[in-house]
Amino acid sequence: MNKPLIAVERLTKRFDVSRSMTDILTGKRPQLQAVTDVNFTLQRGETLGIVGESGCGKTTLGRMLIKLIPPSEGTILFDGKNISGMDRTAELAFRRRAQLVFQNPFDALNPHFTILRSLREPLHNARVPGEEHVSRIAEAMGMVHLPAPDHFLQSLPHQLSGGQLQRVVLARALVLRPEFILADEPVSMLDVSVRAGILNVLREVRDRMGLAAVFISHDLALVRYVCARTITMYLGAVVEDGPTADIVGNPLHPYTKALVQAVPIPRVDQSHAPLPITGGLPDARNPPSGCRFRDRCPLAEGRCASEVPPLRDVGGGRRVACHLV
Amino acid sequence: MLLEVRDLVIDYRSTRGRVRAVDGVSFNVPAGAIIGIVGESGCGKTTAVRAITRVMPSSAVFSGGSISLNGTDLVKLSERDMQKHLWRDIAYVPQSAMNALDPVWRVGRQVEEVLVARGGMEKKAARVRSEELFAMVGLGANRLSDYPHQFSGGMRQRASIALALALSPKLVIADEPVTALDVVIQRQVLDTFATLQKQLNVSVVLVTHDISVVAYVCDYVVVMYAGKVVESGPVADVLDRPAHPYTMGLYNAFPELSGDDRELSPIEGSPPDLLDPPQGCRFRARCPFSIATCTQDPPEHLVGEGHIANCHRATEAADLRETAKRTETWVGVTTE
Amino acid sequence: MQHAKEIALPKRETRILSSISRWLVAASTIPRRDPFAFAGLVLYLIFILIAVFADSLITHDPREILFNDEYDLASNLTPGGDHILGTTYSGRDIYSQLVMGTRGALVVGVTAAVCVVAIGTVVGLIAGYFGGLTDTLLMRLADIALGVPFLPFVIVLAAFLNPSQWNVVFGIALLLWPQSARVIRAQVMTLRERAFIEAARVTGAGPWRIMFVHIAPNVLSLSFLYASIAVGWAILTEASISFLGFGPSDSVTWGYMLQDAYASQALGRGQYYWFIPPGLCIIGVVVAGFFISRGYEEILFPKLKD
Repeated sequence: MNKPLIAVERLTKRFDVSRSMTDILTGKRPQLQAVTDVNFTLQRGETLGIVGESGCGKTTLGRMLIKLIPPSEGTILFDGKNISGMDRTAELAFRRRAQLVFQNPFDALNPHFTILRSLREPLHNARVPGEEHVSRIAEAMGMVHLPAPDHFLQSLPHQLSGGQLQRVVLARALVLRPEFILADEPVSMLDVSVRAGILNVLREVRDRMGLAAVFISHDLALVRYVCARTITMYLGAVVEDGPTADIVGNPLHPYTKALVQAVPIPRVDQSHAPLPITGGLPDARNPPSGCRFRDRCPLAEGRCASEVPPLRDVGGGRRVACHLV
Repeated sequence: MLLEVRDLVIDYRSTRGRVRAVDGVSFNVPAGAIIGIVGESGCGKTTAVRAITRVMPSSAVFSGGSISLNGTDLVKLSERDMQKHLWRDIAYVPQSAMNALDPVWRVGRQVEEVLVARGGMEKKAARVRSEELFAMVGLGANRLSDYPHQFSGGMRQRASIALALALSPKLVIADEPVTALDVVIQRQVLDTFATLQKQLNVSVVLVTHDISVVAYVCDYVVVMYAGKVVESGPVADVLDRPAHPYTMGLYNAFPELSGDDRELSPIEGSPPDLLDPPQGCRFRARCPFSIATCTQDPPEHLVGEGHIANCHRATEAADLRETAKRTETWVGVTTE
Repeated sequence: MQHAKEIALPKRETRILSSISRWLVAASTIPRRDPFAFAGLVLYLIFILIAVFADSLITHDPREILFNDEYDLASNLTPGGDHILGTTYSGRDIYSQLVMGTRGALVVGVTAAVCVVAIGTVVGLIAGYFGGLTDTLLMRLADIALGVPFLPFVIVLAAFLNPSQWNVVFGIALLLWPQSARVIRAQVMTLRERAFIEAARVTGAGPWRIMFVHIAPNVLSLSFLYASIAVGWAILTEASISFLGFGPSDSVTWGYMLQDAYASQALGRGQYYWFIPPGLCIIGVVVAGFFISRGYEEILFPKLKD
């Protein structure tokens, strides 16, 4: 099937920011552009990682993909249909096919609901007939390797560990047999020895169910473990897009290069060379003109300040937004 | 040896009873060395290092052991005497830098206050020293007149490191200093610690859950689990030739950016409840190599120069390491 | 992988029973964890039992004017003999009035509290979740209700409608809901941003379901808090109204007793046994409510472990 499951075009999101006294007096309404002109597609069964540092817009992008916030400009097509402006029936149909795994497992379940009740909620909302509930729940719990005896199902969230909770959150996402899962930092709040378990489950589920997934993380090593393809973002824009192995092994965009080099590895013999990046993140309300990365880029030249580099196809399924590549 | 922690025991009084968060922990910090203390939530690493600076909640009690700074036992000191050591000999960088910086004062003023009030400096000299300190952590002198909220997360962290260095302490305790930071900033902060060590011979005790951070910047590492030290030694030895099953398991659980695409294996189960810890080795329930003797307290084995492991089977470490590399070893451990 | 027949959804009755038993087990730890809340609960229980069994507990009809053997008015008798707490100026048995008054107090108190909290919770949920224009309108309505002076309003209400217990309840419900509504609204606004509410949206729940099924359990403890305070408030209000003479004349309440004692100059006659008992009862209910409100979280949602 060549028609992509998700097609994102010119996606932009702006937020109002707090106004200073001068702004109020002059009638200005300053805005922050969290996501700027993002374009990409996601095929069925493909896992895409979105990597970037805080403030790069990846979380905002994720929330737009799952229809939690509306875009300011641009479109998101899910299976050919625009997800904005859907009526209630179409929206429910979308929600059956697209689910979300949260960052904080301790907060993702209603503290007053038993596990069973939390797992039944999506089934209830999707009007799945009652007789099927049991088998769907059993199936979902089996996929995440959770036991399903009565007492576990009757437990409340505060009685479970972080790893178990995150599996329940994943099971809840899978109970409707979705085609697409958005996972926003799904393991960052878990203990290190527990993370591997969740990551393995994600890999297994992806393979078994042929799920398409978007995995948002600031940790490139995690993304490499789960995702075949990766997008790196900087200050709201996509700077590089390609197979994860290529991005990690041979990064083309200067920001991706710095990111790859900055990740420490659990081996003593690693590079301590200074990163090819200077300064800190600029103020997102006033990003640099032209290429947003230019004030930190070791290779910046005149053109970078006047022209915004487009996301160009450079062969091998890779795209880069840089004038000098 | 700058700092010697011997058999430290710290309890928390809770409504459910006494929880022994730190149970007989010992480690050494040589002058000018960076020590990493690694472990997961609940292992006691934060409690142990906060005990060194006495930044502890009122429910925490010293129940045993000693903390010797250049020969002085800090545990035995009164609050007042301890205050004399703080900032001058030992400084503390908390996990969230916002805890170190007062939001209503300009940052420069806070640094100067430490220098004047505790260091007895003149205001002018303090001003100069503040600029020096900021330069040391890679912050411009113009930033001294900013408020903390005008700094980014990484800058705040570096500012709190500068604050900690104000009176040139010989020992800095940093509690998860880079956990909340992006990877590029993390690198800058870690490089700052390395610079401090090289230029000023400052020792750093760095608490973290991330062994990559330890591998990047530390000279020695102490691995803690459920309130006890399970392994410690030079970083290269512990990471390349781990002798305790927990360390072996931790390594397997870490995804790496480079290297081959090996399958990760989690360590099944969870740490024990310290309200009622198990007899003998605390890692027993999750350990794929446990034997009958593990119901007794494990002895400390010397497995290399300065490298110890608290495990009954430490002598077989080389073989266990090979087995530990296979993912099947770690599956089904807790269901036995 | 689990086979479908290996997990059977527990029957609805077992699920309810297990929740109740879990609550009971956890609730049994309350006396240890919050002795004040426990004391408050016990006191409430005592009052409720007295109100329920009032008919069996009274010794005389509270409104009956009693005569002694010589056909004289049995008025101002001191406690003792037939009359545990003596008699009033008009010859009525004080003890029986006190016991019957419990019923009146609790009916007014509990009904008013329930109304206040019900209105406040619903308004808080709607205003907090929808925000925007709905929120503004509802909160302005709350401001109006808060602006009306309370006691005068109830008095005016009593003047227009016949003085009865239900006027008091009505007046309290109309004017006291904003306090709980505001606090619940604030709570709802924070809860709205929590991950599990976003999860509810992502799994397809509509706004009304989210408000009343997902958010509501998390604000119920606040409602309960206000309810326990409102009971005390309502009883005090009823007592004030009755004391001022605008209360119902058909039933005996503690406020009525106080009014009667005052009007008969009981203080001058040193008839402490007349007005101190109802006063103490009012204080008792209000204080019990206060203690319960201190431990409301523990009572409603006791956790099995810390």
